[in-house]
Amino acid sequence: MANKSAVGYYEPVDVDLKNPVTAAFLAFLWPGAGHMYQGRYGKGLLFMICILSTFVFGYTIGGGKVVYAAFKKPDIRYAYFFQAPVGLPALPALLQSGRAARQAEPLFGGFMAPPHVPEHAQDFDELSKWHEDLGFYFELGTVYTIVAGMLNVLAIYDAAAGPMYPPPPPKDDEAPTDKSTENDDSTP
Amino acid sequence: MTSWLLPLAEINRLWYAVPLIVSISLVYGATRHELWTPILDHALRFALWIVVFMSIFFVVLFLVSWWL
Repeated sequence: MANKSAVGYYEPVDVDLKNPVTAAFLAFLWPGAGHMYQGRYGKGLLFMICILSTFVFGYTIGGGKVVYAAFKKPDIRYAYFFQAPVGLPALPALLQSGRAARQAEPLFGGFMAPPHVPEHAQDFDELSKWHEDLGFYFELGTVYTIVAGMLNVLAIYDAAAGPMYPPPPPKDDEAPTDKSTENDDSTP
Repeated sequence: MTSWLLPLAEINRLWYAVPLIVSISLVYGATRHELWTPILDHALRFALWIVVFMSIFFVVLFLVSWWL
């Protein structure tokens, strides 16, 4: 690895990704776990704190109702597709969704269970009640948890392939490209 | 409260954007660099960019809300 003091702002740093597939899988399961596996503890901790706190904050201000999986009309929870990449913290919703499809009682006191869908228009609509009770916070909690899921997609990519270094800025004193030297192997 | 002051009452909700901006900018910065100094530098610049971008939209929507 290059000397730290000599590493420029845009200069790539060697990173040992170990097994990228394993790292990506661990990063999906738990934000930051893939980086911990690679020995990138600082970044792992940063991802873990940022992503999990965003997810937990959103889940909390959403009254614990904003993360659930439902795939049947009339309530298809599209938001869950974007919340799910946060990994294990969002996976209980899948379990509860499967139980709801089999008409089984939800586990863990209804933690991440989908709302009861009324069979007739005049029946009690649990989802409408959630919206009525939480109002703005239902949407806000949904946004937070979606952002957490999307941020973990970036973290998974970073675990699998390393940092996406930005292109170096053009130098002011850089001379116009001379085609005659473009293919010269001796040019650094 | 006069109707034109109503948008001001909504300003406190903007505080909910702060944790998101911090989180997004730090994670984004960390996916672009490996060392702490460039990560934090990138995160700070990205957070400022988000704030400026949101502020421009806020002002535009605030002004538009006067005529609606």
